[in-house]
Order: sequence, then C-alpha cells, then structure tokens
Amino acid sequence: MPKLRLTHFSTDLAEWFWNWDGWLWLLAETLLVAYVGTFLGATVGFILSFFASANLVKNAVARAVVRRSLEFCRTVPGIVFALLFVYALGLGPIPGVLAVAIHTLGALGKQYAEVVENIDMKPVDGVRATGATWVEQVRFAVVPQVLSNFVSYTLLRFEINVREASVMGFVGAGGIGKELLSSIRQFDYSDVSAILLMIIVTVFVIDLLTERLRHRLLGIERHR
Amino acid sequence: MMSQAPLLADTDRARLTHAYPAVFKPSLLKRIQTVTIIVAIVGLFLFGMVWLGFSFEKLATGISRLGVILGLMFPPSPGALLHLYLKGLAETLAIAFLGTMLAAILAFPLAFIAAKNVVGQRVVHFLSRRFLDTIRGVDTLIWALIFINVVGLGPFAGILAVAMSDIGSFGKLFSEAIETADTKPVDGVTATGGSELHQIRFGIVPQVLPVILSQVLYYFESNTRSATVIGIVGAGGIGLYLSNEINQQNWDHVSFIILMILFTVAAIDFVSARLRRSMIAGSQGRSERK
Repeated sequence: MPKLRLTHFSTDLAEWFWNWDGWLWLLAETLLVAYVGTFLGATVGFILSFFASANLVKNAVARAVVRRSLEFCRTVPGIVFALLFVYALGLGPIPGVLAVAIHTLGALGKQYAEVVENIDMKPVDGVRATGATWVEQVRFAVVPQVLSNFVSYTLLRFEINVREASVMGFVGAGGIGKELLSSIRQFDYSDVSAILLMIIVTVFVIDLLTERLRHRLLGIERHR
Repeated sequence: MMSQAPLLADTDRARLTHAYPAVFKPSLLKRIQTVTIIVAIVGLFLFGMVWLGFSFEKLATGISRLGVILGLMFPPSPGALLHLYLKGLAETLAIAFLGTMLAAILAFPLAFIAAKNVVGQRVVHFLSRRFLDTIRGVDTLIWALIFINVVGLGPFAGILAVAMSDIGSFGKLFSEAIETADTKPVDGVTATGGSELHQIRFGIVPQVLPVILSQVLYYFESNTRSATVIGIVGAGGIGLYLSNEINQQNWDHVSFIILMILFTVAAIDFVSARLRRSMIAGSQGRSERK
C-alpha cells in the first residue's frame, strides 16, 4: 500500500490507481465471465435437475447417470477445467466462461434437484389427471413451485462465480486475474493492493445487491 | 394431446373466468414486467457472448481438439511417477488439514469478539464483521500468490493461504453459532458468581463446540478441493504436478491425477459425513439425557 498524504490526497490517489480505467474494463470482463458462465450453467442445470429428481424420473439408471455427471462437474475444480479449455480453445475469456459454466452446472444442478425433490406432489397429480405430458407436468406443476428457490440459489452462485472468475486470469482465461498475477510477480505491491481493493469492493457490492434481490424475492413469496 | 381433450362448455368457462379473473387475465403491467426482466437477462447474456468474443467456429475447433485430448487421456496411467503423485496428494491433504486447523484456532477468539451477545459494543461488532467479510472476499488462490511472495514457494504458503481465506468464513459462522446459543446456561453461571470469562467457558463453549466441530470438518472437506488447485500457482501439493502435466501434454497422466483427486475427495466426503452425523447424534443424545 502506497503512502497517502492528506495534503496531496487526490494526486496520491491518482498515482495509486494510475490504471483505474484499464482495471475497470478488466473487472467488467470478469463480471461478464461470471454472468455468462452462471447463465449457461444455470440453464443446463435447470434442465438436468428434473432428470436427477427421484419424484419425477422413476428410472433409477438414468437418474444415477445424471447425478454422477453432475458430481463430476462439481468436484473437479473450476480452474482445472479452465487449464484444459485454455489449452483447447486458446487464451481468452471463453475458456473461463466454459469453466465457470461447468462448475456452476454441477453445483446448481444438485441444489435444484434437491428443491425439486421437496415439492408438493399434489399439483403434479392434478396436472397429470388432465392428461398432460411429462413436460407439461413439469412446466405447470413443478416450475411454479420451485422458481423462487431456483432464482435465489442462482444469485448465490453468481456471487461465488464472481470470486471464481477473478482468479481465472491466473491460467490465462480472461478477466482481472492476469493483471493481478503479473503485478504480484513483478513485486508491484501498490498495484496489487489497488487491484485487490477494487476486487473486494466489487465483490462486496455484488453481495449487497444480490442479498437485496433475494430478500425482495422472499418477501414476494411470503406475500403470496 | 390438448386438442383431444373435451373443451369446456361456454357457461362453465364464463363461471370460471368470473371466479378467477387473475388467472385468465393477468394484468398488463405484470406481463410487461416479466417480459422486460426476461429480455434484460437474455440480452445481457447475448451482449456478454459478443463482447467476450464468442464464436461458434472457435468453439467447434476447440471441441474437436478437446475430443482429441480426451481420447489421449485413456487409459489413465501414472507412468513412472506414481510415488511423486502420491506424495503430492499427501501434501495436499496436509495443507488442507493444517490450514483448516490454523484457521479454526485463530477464528475462535475472533468469533467471540464479533458476536453480538458477548461483546455488546456496536462498533466492535461492525468492524470485526467487515474485517472478516474483507478476508472472505479474496479467493484462496490470490492469498496463495501473496504468501508465495512472503514466505517463498512451497506448501507453507499453501497452508497460510488456506488458513487466511478460512478465517473469514469461520469467524462469521462461529459468531453466528455463538449468537444463537441459549442464554440460560450463561445466566446460571452468572448466578453462581462466575466472571465473564467463566460465562464464556462454561456457559457458551459447551453449547457451540459440536456446531463448530462439524463446521470445521465440513471446511476440511471443501479445503481438500481448494488445496488441490493452489499448487497451480506454486503453493505445494498435487496441483503443481497437474499443471506441469497439462503444460507438457501428458494427457494420460493428467487424467490419472484428476481421478486420484476425485477418489480422495469422495473418500474424505464419505468419512467426514459419517463423523459429522455421529457428532450431531452424540450431541443430541446428550441433550436428551439431560
């Protein structure tokens, strides 16, 4: 951390954050990596979770296959996927997106499936009694029950993914991590502290925003 | 399917529409709101794809290359380096264990400071909570990089990194456990003339200890996962070998190491889930006997 003198506060600050606009762009890229990854992972996880739920799919083999693959996606660390994808797709943010997406898919798929397994089955029976297909049952009886929980888990995962995306750059998968890595390697500690501070503030703001959103969603739910 | 179902008689339909107007005609405002939210979410996604330079050609070549890599991964084999990998794995476990322990020991007193019912001061509560939040906001890998510069390459930096990022989580979880603790035992200790330290030691600690232990175990589990990757930046453990083998394109070694990690994590999950269950059962049994 550099010296901040009260008398030259603004110039000292400007010197400390000398590259703030460049870092801000990289931070935006990091956030986008996290967002796109969460979106992709959540979409696939959303579809797969219904196949992993014991109350909707009676075929034990199909369920086990889906569950094991979700487990695999979740257990292999995201950064390992990033390393592999950087190798296959080249440097850049896209391997980071895919790595975040796969990890998210594994984690959210499991959480979603747990929500689905705890639903009230009466609406499902009701919809089935009208002669609806399996997809229609899921759409009209299951989804309305689980949606608010799904959204809340997805927001939590997005928070985690912002942190995850901030280190993807260490292996060359886009975002602020690359800049941080190079300044740590060059012992440029005033840069390190500036970047870290920006990451912490961003994570903090995201946490705050998603927490607000989640509370509002829960409020709506209780209101009903 | 739907077309075959008999249609409702007009009178029935009118009755139902009258009874549940909201179902048949959701308000326009609400519809617009829903559509806007969906468009915004998908739009940001598409914008992100474009901005990050997503292209299907690149993805297609990437996937075909990934297929080749996957083909080379089978059969997984350690080559002649099995003893090195086993040593790396043991080192990873040691890092996770020591890091978790260190964090738990350091976070224990911090949690009492951050708990509302122990230290009544608002300022102290606020500051300690923010401090813990800040620590938690930084990823383990970043701590690992920083500690490598402080103490040099090797597992010691890994231990410190794991410990550092866990202090934040532990401090928060422990202090929440302390805040939800029953106040009656504390009152009891106060009534016998116990000092504040006595109140904590005999009133609170016995209540929160099982909770804390099960959380420590849970974090040991998740730390084995994060300890596998801190080697990638040079902070000890199996991750170093993993990133080396990826860089040297020894794909059969890579898949072997990944399988080793998966098995170890599964084994540790299994053992610690059992331990946690027996611990919770034990504490419940004790309270029933009371």
